[in-house]
Amino acid sequence: MLFYLGKRLVASLFILLGVSVVTFGLTFMIPADPVAMIAGRNSTPELREQIRHQIGLDKSLPSQYAGYLGRLVRGDLGKSYARKSDVGALIASRLPPTLLLMLAAIVAELLIGLPAGIYAAARRGRVGDKVAMTLSFLSVSTPQFVLGLTLLYLFSYLLNWFPLGGYGSFSHIVLPALTLGLAGGGWYSRMMRSSMIEVLRNDYIRTARAKGMPEWQVIMNNGLRNAILPIVAMIGLDVGIFMSGVVVVENVFGWPGIGQLMWQAIQSLDIPIIMGVTIVAALFIVLGNLIADMIAPLVDPRIHLR
Amino acid sequence: MRDYWIRFRRDQLALGGLVVIMIFIAAAVLAPAIAPYNPSEQFFDGLTLEGSPLAPNSRFWFGTDTNGRDQFSRLLYGAQTSLLIGIVANGIAVFVGTCLGVVAGYLRGFLGAAIMRFTDLMMAFPPLLLAIALAAILRPGLNIVILVIALVNWVQVARVIYAETLALSEREYIEAARAMGANTWRILWRHLLPHLVPTIIVYATLGIATTVLLESMLSFLGRGVQPPTPAWGMMIFESQSYFLNAPWLVFIPGAAILILALAFNLVGDGLRDVLDPTQRGRN
Repeated sequence: MLFYLGKRLVASLFILLGVSVVTFGLTFMIPADPVAMIAGRNSTPELREQIRHQIGLDKSLPSQYAGYLGRLVRGDLGKSYARKSDVGALIASRLPPTLLLMLAAIVAELLIGLPAGIYAAARRGRVGDKVAMTLSFLSVSTPQFVLGLTLLYLFSYLLNWFPLGGYGSFSHIVLPALTLGLAGGGWYSRMMRSSMIEVLRNDYIRTARAKGMPEWQVIMNNGLRNAILPIVAMIGLDVGIFMSGVVVVENVFGWPGIGQLMWQAIQSLDIPIIMGVTIVAALFIVLGNLIADMIAPLVDPRIHLR
Repeated sequence: MRDYWIRFRRDQLALGGLVVIMIFIAAAVLAPAIAPYNPSEQFFDGLTLEGSPLAPNSRFWFGTDTNGRDQFSRLLYGAQTSLLIGIVANGIAVFVGTCLGVVAGYLRGFLGAAIMRFTDLMMAFPPLLLAIALAAILRPGLNIVILVIALVNWVQVARVIYAETLALSEREYIEAARAMGANTWRILWRHLLPHLVPTIIVYATLGIATTVLLESMLSFLGRGVQPPTPAWGMMIFESQSYFLNAPWLVFIPGAAILILALAFNLVGDGLRDVLDPTQRGRN
């Protein structure tokens, strides 16, 4: 177990190193010259040379990368073009609302997906199953901004049940969490259904049925416990999927997290923020995968550790 | 082939999806003929006296947008953008993913390992954010959007094809072909690829749904194709601030994105049931 853990940890570190190489490479593709941007339009060649030296652009590529990596490790993501402030601090201050939203979205997707999947497995091949699976297709085919705006129009504008956006109370989080979690709910319902169907094929289920146990009791008592574990182990992977979604969802609902920060940076082409959010998102995904890898063997002893 | 079609036809949802896709393709191809107006023309009578967009009426079937342009015509031309990007970008992704997956899975060795570690690395980036970062750095436009989406989407295909190739290359018939002196190229082309075709077809179809959604998100964020080319996501982006007063400006293009993505998902799923022999006889 410990060996497996160490191996996964080392692999994750290598991936993060790779991420830094990619983002470092991307900064070289930016068409604008950073020296000219800092020095201004009317700067002298001497001043430019001085700035080039100051920000280290006259050094060799490997030593520039070493400097870049050193800054990343210390959490220094550079300065925003538009806000003139530290990107790392900006992202850190926007992180709590985003994490809260992701947590709420995980609750939402499990509340939608697990019951729907169990129901579909119980009604397998019948109308209820087909309806549930069609709805799951519908949920993964819905663009999140359309879903968000539609929920906003129906429940906030027409029915006045929820605020039109913002942050602060429980009623603020319901619609954004639902928007972010619905597609995941559709995905979980399919996973839950196939996991349950797999479990229901086992002999001990046949024994339970043969003893005359009612079908719903077989599913809830004997089936669910084994079927749900591999599903729950995948929650860590959702963080990565949500990292894309929050950009759209936070913009639609005016949620003050890193998604909104990213949205504003996209509109003003504030590349340090765009790269910073991308790096933080990659860090989250690697951590999420690591957690998923660690939970999976704990909940399912059939998984072999290599 | 006939066999497959007979089985596919029994899946009513997939069949419905196929019909929807054909209608959208027809709408996109025939857009110049059936669009009532030029999609970029701003009508003086296309806005109310206060300057608000018009609701759907007999002259403008789907209403007008915030610039007084005909929403129905823009929707038809938007179908061209979505389908073109969906098919071309995903086609490139499937081609690249298949080639790299086969090489990694059959030849293995250093090159194969390098390819697979690179896909691990790519998986660490959220697709939308990577696409945004690339589109922000490069100048946005139709070709860039296609390139960016292909760059993001090939990874999943490569991993699936890699796993299948790995399993297939262990089979005895491949070993037999090798023993009979067939060269690598012949084994890949004649013995391996035909068995990968079902997977490739399924991913080519499902991937278009993902691509349509990704493209719409990029253009909703203002980083997709640029005006005056109409795109559904951009139509929603442009009218977002008006949408409580003019919800049709969001709902109509939004429904178009949803229906097209759903259709490709349903057809892809139907194809998987038909083509994947392990699924046969289930349900």
